[in-house]
Amino acid sequence: MGELKVHRVRFFDYMPTAIRAMAFNAHTERLALARMDGSVEIFNFTDHYFQEKVIPGKDSRSIESLCWVGGRLFSAGLNGEIAEYDLENLRPKYSLEAYGGPIWTVISNTQGTQLAIGCEDGTVKLFEVLEEHIQFERNLDRQKGRIISLSWHPSGTHIAAGMMDMIRVFDVPTGHAVQRLLVDRGIGGSKSRETVVWSVAFLSDHTVVSGDSAGKVQVWDGHTGTLVKTHLVTKWDVLALSVSKDESSVVAGTSEGTVIQFQFIAPTLHQQDKEWVRTRTFKNHTHDVRALAEIETAIVSGGMDTHLVVRPLLEKFDEKSHASGLRKIHFPHRNLVSCAKKAGLLLFQFPGQLELWRLGDSDGHGKPGDRLPLKWKPEKLLLLKRKGEDHICCSALSSCGGWLAYSTVSSVRIYRLQTDNNISITKVSKLPKVLRSAHQLCFSSDSSKMFAASSQSSVLVIALTQSECKYVHTLKPKSGSRQPIHLMTTSVDGKWLAAANSDCEIHVYNLQKLKLHCIVPVYGSCPSAMGIHPTTNNLTMVHADQQLFEYSIVEKQYTDWSRKLQKQGLHNVWLDRDTPVTHVTFNPKNPNQVVLHDMHMFCIIDQSLPLPDQKTQFYNQMTLRSLSEQERPSHLHAFKICKTFQDLLCVSLLDDQSLVVVERPLLAITSQLPAPVRQKKFAT
Amino acid sequence: MAALYEGFTLCGLVPTQNASDSAIQGIELDGDSDHALVTDSTRSVTLYKVSDQKPLGSWTVKQGQLLTCPAVCNFQTKEYVVVSDNKVIRVWKDEDFNLDRAFKATVSADVWRVHSAPGGEPVVLFQRGAVRLLDSLLSAPQQPIEDVLSEEEVIRWSTNIVAEKQHFVLFTTEQKGEHFLYVQRLNPNTLQKYRLEREDSRSAPLSFSASLRDKHINLLYLYPNGCVYQSVVAARGYVGPEGVQALPRSLRLRLPVGEGELGAASAVALDEAHVAVVGMPHPSARTGKDFLCIWNTNFQTLQAGKEMAGRIHGQVGIRIWSYIFFASNFNQMTLYLYLALKIHFTPIYINDHSFISPQVWCYLGKLFVPHGKALSVIPYECQKSSLASALGKLRHAGIAVSKSSVAVPSWNTLLHGNQPQGPAKIVATRKSKLSRKSQSVQALTVDQVLKLIKTGPVDEVQREVEALVSRGDAQDLQLSVGQLACHLVARSQAETTFYTPGALAQLVRTQCLCHSVCPDLLLLALEHKDYFLCQLCLQLFPDIPEVVTCACLKTFISVPDGDVEMVSLEPDSVSFMEGLVVAGARGGQQNGFSPPLFEEDSCDAHHQPKPTQHQDKKNPTLQLEACPVGLHKAVLLNEVLQTPYSDNLLLPHLKDLNTQQVILFLQYLQFVYLKYSQDVYTQTPGLRSPTVTQVIDWVCLLLDAHFTVLVMAPDAKGLLSNLNSFVKSQVKLFSELGKIEGSLQGLHKMKLSKDISQYSIEVIELF
Repeated sequence: MGELKVHRVRFFDYMPTAIRAMAFNAHTERLALARMDGSVEIFNFTDHYFQEKVIPGKDSRSIESLCWVGGRLFSAGLNGEIAEYDLENLRPKYSLEAYGGPIWTVISNTQGTQLAIGCEDGTVKLFEVLEEHIQFERNLDRQKGRIISLSWHPSGTHIAAGMMDMIRVFDVPTGHAVQRLLVDRGIGGSKSRETVVWSVAFLSDHTVVSGDSAGKVQVWDGHTGTLVKTHLVTKWDVLALSVSKDESSVVAGTSEGTVIQFQFIAPTLHQQDKEWVRTRTFKNHTHDVRALAEIETAIVSGGMDTHLVVRPLLEKFDEKSHASGLRKIHFPHRNLVSCAKKAGLLLFQFPGQLELWRLGDSDGHGKPGDRLPLKWKPEKLLLLKRKGEDHICCSALSSCGGWLAYSTVSSVRIYRLQTDNNISITKVSKLPKVLRSAHQLCFSSDSSKMFAASSQSSVLVIALTQSECKYVHTLKPKSGSRQPIHLMTTSVDGKWLAAANSDCEIHVYNLQKLKLHCIVPVYGSCPSAMGIHPTTNNLTMVHADQQLFEYSIVEKQYTDWSRKLQKQGLHNVWLDRDTPVTHVTFNPKNPNQVVLHDMHMFCIIDQSLPLPDQKTQFYNQMTLRSLSEQERPSHLHAFKICKTFQDLLCVSLLDDQSLVVVERPLLAITSQLPAPVRQKKFAT
Repeated sequence: MAALYEGFTLCGLVPTQNASDSAIQGIELDGDSDHALVTDSTRSVTLYKVSDQKPLGSWTVKQGQLLTCPAVCNFQTKEYVVVSDNKVIRVWKDEDFNLDRAFKATVSADVWRVHSAPGGEPVVLFQRGAVRLLDSLLSAPQQPIEDVLSEEEVIRWSTNIVAEKQHFVLFTTEQKGEHFLYVQRLNPNTLQKYRLEREDSRSAPLSFSASLRDKHINLLYLYPNGCVYQSVVAARGYVGPEGVQALPRSLRLRLPVGEGELGAASAVALDEAHVAVVGMPHPSARTGKDFLCIWNTNFQTLQAGKEMAGRIHGQVGIRIWSYIFFASNFNQMTLYLYLALKIHFTPIYINDHSFISPQVWCYLGKLFVPHGKALSVIPYECQKSSLASALGKLRHAGIAVSKSSVAVPSWNTLLHGNQPQGPAKIVATRKSKLSRKSQSVQALTVDQVLKLIKTGPVDEVQREVEALVSRGDAQDLQLSVGQLACHLVARSQAETTFYTPGALAQLVRTQCLCHSVCPDLLLLALEHKDYFLCQLCLQLFPDIPEVVTCACLKTFISVPDGDVEMVSLEPDSVSFMEGLVVAGARGGQQNGFSPPLFEEDSCDAHHQPKPTQHQDKKNPTLQLEACPVGLHKAVLLNEVLQTPYSDNLLLPHLKDLNTQQVILFLQYLQFVYLKYSQDVYTQTPGLRSPTVTQVIDWVCLLLDAHFTVLVMAPDAKGLLSNLNSFVKSQVKLFSELGKIEGSLQGLHKMKLSKDISQYSIEVIELF
């Protein structure tokens, strides 16, 4: 295959924000996750934890708590508002001032008819969930001190509320507080500090479990208001609790980054009396665990150290499988980097700004492993700060580097760029009225058109000329899907556009006729990356379950290579990877080569080579290197995988055949995190 | 080490009109060591009982009159003396209530200060430099007073010192930026004038402090750049020529001033090694806070520091002065012989008009510091550092036995533990008195035992000491163990029949002893052939001098094996040695393994079993199995090997060994080395055992010390050639290690090349 010149880029200072809250919807198996910057992410747990949707954040929005009611997602935050999200248009549907000061928590009853929120002013407010809206119903008895956490008894008759130094149990029909459980303060210096009951859980047998800032997990009898058991689990705070569906297990997240499991079991064998026993401790975080969910087979946790951890409970698995592995999700499952292949420019998308960089260059030659001397260094051409409060949800750079566009939930902005000698940027002033916001943006390869993914899986086609930009057409899918488009790609000849939505549908449009050409047969897993081949116009798709397909747009069928691949099956090593492929590009000089990458590797698939079977050594680069020229051909297979570069955000092939890899080392992210709570280590 | 204890407030201070102005003019000692005479800046004098923080009496002059000099006590007549309005000397007694009715005398010139010290008459120093004894002045108050100083010369600071019936008045003056020291001797009167060396920055000294030590007057002065200088003036004998002499000085301490200069600070000598400084920021604290610090001038280290809340007061416009009393040698405390020293804080000019210098007084283990709205009394303690005495610096004979010296037993307690209440510590607050009372039952017992040691029979002493040690808690032990050991050793040295091995061993086992605390203990044990105690000492003392180590070595080597084998030694070390011997025996039998030493070039060959070769050894001295010394002797030698030492100091003493001893010791070392080189013997972790490095170091030292002799000695020939093979094998080992190091570094470099940079263009190859 030969030598490649690689631009190794580490200057994208991508910094994810801390995870603040999460809520798991057991019916749809979707996990909603809120970050500190107010963004909400939806993960599909049936589809390899794929990050299906991202609702961008907003400066003034802060989310303290998330709650599912059926398929509807509600959030509440310290700005005092309750918001419901429009999961089809990826934006808040409406928000409602609760008039109780900052809101610390929101929960719903099991029937899904009511919401309860805990406010700073000491009130628990009940809202009725209506078809399209929610409506304030009444307050429970107002208490002194803020309501930090709430838990609804499964029967719906009682609510437990965690406050400062105490827990209250409310009778919902009357609204009166029926129990007052006093929570002890910490010992020593923390005696003078109020104990914050960060989390409560109300079980169906009227047991109340609480986690507090003194590091205790306490079990109470909700009928009598008596303390049953205290587990001192940390010197710091217990921040989150989550109960399994069958109420046999409770997990607690602490400031030390540990997740501690308690199980309702008999402490000695053959005994009937069960009690809550501390069983396991998981340590997958370095910082506060702020959000937790115990699902059927795993514990999901997230916190200040920004990554989401899915820790499977191994006793629930009979054999080792894809689902029984520990998953850590560090990076978003979508592109934050756009690459102008012709111009050698990179566009980095941050929530608050865009950065445009020109790559450096070298005229030297070197042997493999060498680092070439730089002729000129990379250059930051532009820092474009967004306008308004809404965070950037998508951005695009045309391949010639002449156009730049980004969108927030409220507006789309297009800029004309000049990067040759004098850098200049001009905002395109008059945009068509229909272009209000976009889920995805993409330019045609000749930069004459821009495509914007709009509501209900439709695509707006905008014609770009030097002077103006004009609305041309709206491409609409026939399926009538309401889901947002999360991937879009065009062919180099400008004839085809493929768009994939969260319903796993991929529509291919004919851009000359401006109409739907075909729908790729729907596959059960969401596509995570796709690309149209520059010469053959074959559409290559990679799905969240790591399956790989090639579909001939012209012939409206899967290609032979794809059929062969499916027949033989992908190598297990490939299928066992735990991060999705997020980018597909092609080598214009060698039509056989497809370049893909995930977080931990990039892969060049050479379709002219034989496919590996299960017995073949999959990662064979080291072996090939050690073999002689004559022996090599017999060991070659189609997947050439390079793991030299790690923590990849983007791998792309420029037109001059050199590769761009954008790395964001996790260590660099970790080093920017605030210091974790101090822990005594041996001999320190 | 020095420590500052929790202080207490003696009295509140009334803020004066000027915030930076001190409310206190001076603090003087009464005849009673617990009384302090506090003169405020305007009109009143108050006598306090310091330990009770209680005023005993107060005297005030009329409105309109001003006290211009701090009240002092005439120690001979128990009268108080004060000067008001520069010229009126007042003398009164405790019983007098009204100062106005007391004896008054108006003198003809302005008085600068009245000085008084125990053992001497009060002296009056006039502003123009004349000195009169108080009595003679009061007998003729209007006598003419001569001018000693020239026109523009003004007194900055003064003090008086009484030394062996010789009375001195010291004062410094300033004239046109130059500073002079006058030393006025009384009876016969002589006056000497010295010029202080100029500091580069031409700044004036911030403070002076004088003390008498070894019949010399030591003058300590602090400059704004943080330098503390010391000058020595002979206290008697030679009287120099007339005229001005230059006063040589030596830098004692350089305080970390940081940028800029000290605005105001004072330094007081506490003893020969310690200086208390106020007004200087703590080196590790934020600036803007006033600290009281104690520095050790020998080691230039900060030993204790205490933040003083509120600002430390200085005196504006009024010259202040004070006395300082302390025993000439703190450890000896030839107690209660007070030396009166005066310190004075030279005013320094902050702007054109005012000058401020912080105040501190030091009496009998207490520092008096006016700060904020209170006058605080802070007890302190300066002790000799163990390091200092271990190195032989500052050693005074008889330190250890004197009652006052609670010799510093261990760094550990000093660094980490609370300093226990020592009998020498005079922290007489109400609280501590109470607590002392409650502890008195136990304290008496220690004293009783000490008494018993002096006279009691062996058995009883032994029993009582053991009982005391096993009963006492760690805090008390720390103090008493040293004393007990010293007394026991002293008696044993005096009476040959008196020896208490059990009690001594128990004392050593407390780990509160070290060699410097009781230097004769180990030698005594050697003398009495108490090898067990020797072993304990070698194990537990961190600071055995090389000469003693060598003495032990010599004794151990030359002692007949039979004598030692009967002695019971520490079981762990014995079992280690047994293991070593047995391992060797087993190793020898095991498939004929032979260490690579014997066959210099058979690095690979020794993997093959060669039983015959082993027997073919040319050298009969190299019987692997035979330990050249007995088991217990070997144990003792091991202890010597593990004793810390420094080569240069050990080498001369090693030369004392005779050839036979050297050869025997070398043979033993060789034996141990060979055992260690065999992999057969794996060292038991946790057991105290000499390391290979220690063994080799000792071999080298012995060869260094005795090489010429050994070369000539026929018995040593085989030994030397073996040692030569030692060296060769070591050299070979190290050259191999060197090669490995090279390749390991190569690995390291490979890793290094992957350092993180923001951007690079690399070439990779895919197949």
